[in-house]
Amino acid sequence: MIRRLLLHLLLIALAAMAVLPFVWLICAAFKSTGDLLSSTLLPWGHLDRLTLDNFRLLGDQPFARWLVNSIFLSSLHTVLVVTLSSLGGFALAKYEFHGKRPIMLIMLGTMLLPSQVLVPGSYELMYHLHWIDSYLAIIVPGAVSAIGIILFRQAMLNVPDELLQCGRLDGCSELRLWWDIALPVVRPMIGAYTLLSFLAEWNSFLWPQIILQNEAKYTLPMGLNGLTGLPEFQHNYGIVMAATLVSILPVALLFFALQRDFISGLASGAVKG
Amino acid sequence: MNRDRWWKLQARAAPYLFVSPFLAVFCCFMLYPLSRSLLLSFHKTIGPRHSVFVGWSNYRYLLGHDRLFGLALLNTAAYTAAFLALQIPMSLGLALLLSSRRVRFRNLFRFSFFSSYLVGQVFVGVIFFQLFGPDGLINHIAGAVAGHRVVIPWLSSPNLAMPSVLIASLWLATGYGMVYFLAALQSVDPELYEAAEMDGAGNWQRFLHVTLPGIRPMLAYVVLVGAIGGFQLFELPFVLLQGAGPDARGLTVVMYLFIMGFNTGDLGYASAIGWMLVAILLTLTFIQFRFFRFRPEIGT
Repeated sequence: MIRRLLLHLLLIALAAMAVLPFVWLICAAFKSTGDLLSSTLLPWGHLDRLTLDNFRLLGDQPFARWLVNSIFLSSLHTVLVVTLSSLGGFALAKYEFHGKRPIMLIMLGTMLLPSQVLVPGSYELMYHLHWIDSYLAIIVPGAVSAIGIILFRQAMLNVPDELLQCGRLDGCSELRLWWDIALPVVRPMIGAYTLLSFLAEWNSFLWPQIILQNEAKYTLPMGLNGLTGLPEFQHNYGIVMAATLVSILPVALLFFALQRDFISGLASGAVKG
Repeated sequence: MNRDRWWKLQARAAPYLFVSPFLAVFCCFMLYPLSRSLLLSFHKTIGPRHSVFVGWSNYRYLLGHDRLFGLALLNTAAYTAAFLALQIPMSLGLALLLSSRRVRFRNLFRFSFFSSYLVGQVFVGVIFFQLFGPDGLINHIAGAVAGHRVVIPWLSSPNLAMPSVLIASLWLATGYGMVYFLAALQSVDPELYEAAEMDGAGNWQRFLHVTLPGIRPMLAYVVLVGAIGGFQLFELPFVLLQGAGPDARGLTVVMYLFIMGFNTGDLGYASAIGWMLVAILLTLTFIQFRFFRFRPEIGT
């Protein structure tokens, strides 16, 4: 009994440490400039001084613009990469065709390469395509992922061949088989991969920072990185903290919507034996 | 008849049609830039327009003369080693605590530890930039412990710059490692524990002889992912230290690639740095495969 209590006390202490930066962030976002430095978490005893001003002042920044940009880019990226990866993964898992083995080998090979090595070559290509400062440079190359197609292939191997044959006898086209039979079977993978790719695009920084130049096209990480460096925010960082809080919320919401798929996807899909 | 032929055709063409959009984008925007990066690494360039072939001299300079690259490599390697040495025991420890049958509200705890993983490195950098500030939360806590006002210059002292990055990244990644270890711990056969207990094995012996062998593949995976991620470190120090940090002590390999390619404008040199990174990561992966005799379960 005592051991059990101690175990829980330890866990509560550790969990408190883990969420402390979040608690601090939420507090900072609602504090007035005067209370930012004088009180560590909240101005206890003066809770009426909490304010929404930081969020209101965000409106004067191009922040709303960046938020919209990030939501647009991340959503479009996710839809494209999930669609193309699951289509490709379906073909690799359930069909025999010429060139299948070389494709698999190339995918596995590029999976091992760090994406940063692509950056100089891609930049040069985007320059020649006149895609610098254009969302095309972010959306089009991001539409494919070697890891994505391999993950979906693994999941699609579980689609029963009998089911596909039945579908064919019923007169389904191959595209219908993918949509009506294969995709429902790999639903947890879709959930997990949707979250992963949305998260990756939402948080991506290096490539957008290189490609996008016009401030109106910035994404949230770029915009916030810029704000952090500005001297005028050193003493008024409540605004930056409010912006950070708003930036984290969409992924948190998506996580809550998809968390069951995500945890089971992590647990089953990562590695086995 | 006509309809029948169309039907057979679509069945035969289907796999090609399904992979072709993927393959088209993959070839144009992955394989082509990859080969260009390789070619560029043998050139000296000024922006994307002017380049001169220089043979191996980018690589020779990187390995022989470039003190900043040496520093970046040292910073990155030290960070990665320290990260793994701390993250693995912490993640595994949390997972062991949480996997105990006595724990209630397991999902709530798991989520509290994992939630930081949802926050991107840039946002973590922005948050910790304030937490590490002269009047930030971390100095407040240090002051409370010490009993007087403490101002530790976390981000502006050369010796503390990388440790600060490390603290922030441990906050980011410990819960993530824990989720993997939890999954692995749940797949260890409970009968093995019972057998060990009957043989009179203590807690520590059970951990050493049952738990560790049981989670070895996952351990290898988490170590590999951590090592690869460590060598790719960029955003966190870039935001937290607003660049390379004091005395360039926060300079990493990828940050150096970014600076050389896009501030200095030498895409060729940046490519050479990129291929050095490839060489490092492939070596690490190879060592890992030999050391743990571990292969990701992929292929047929």
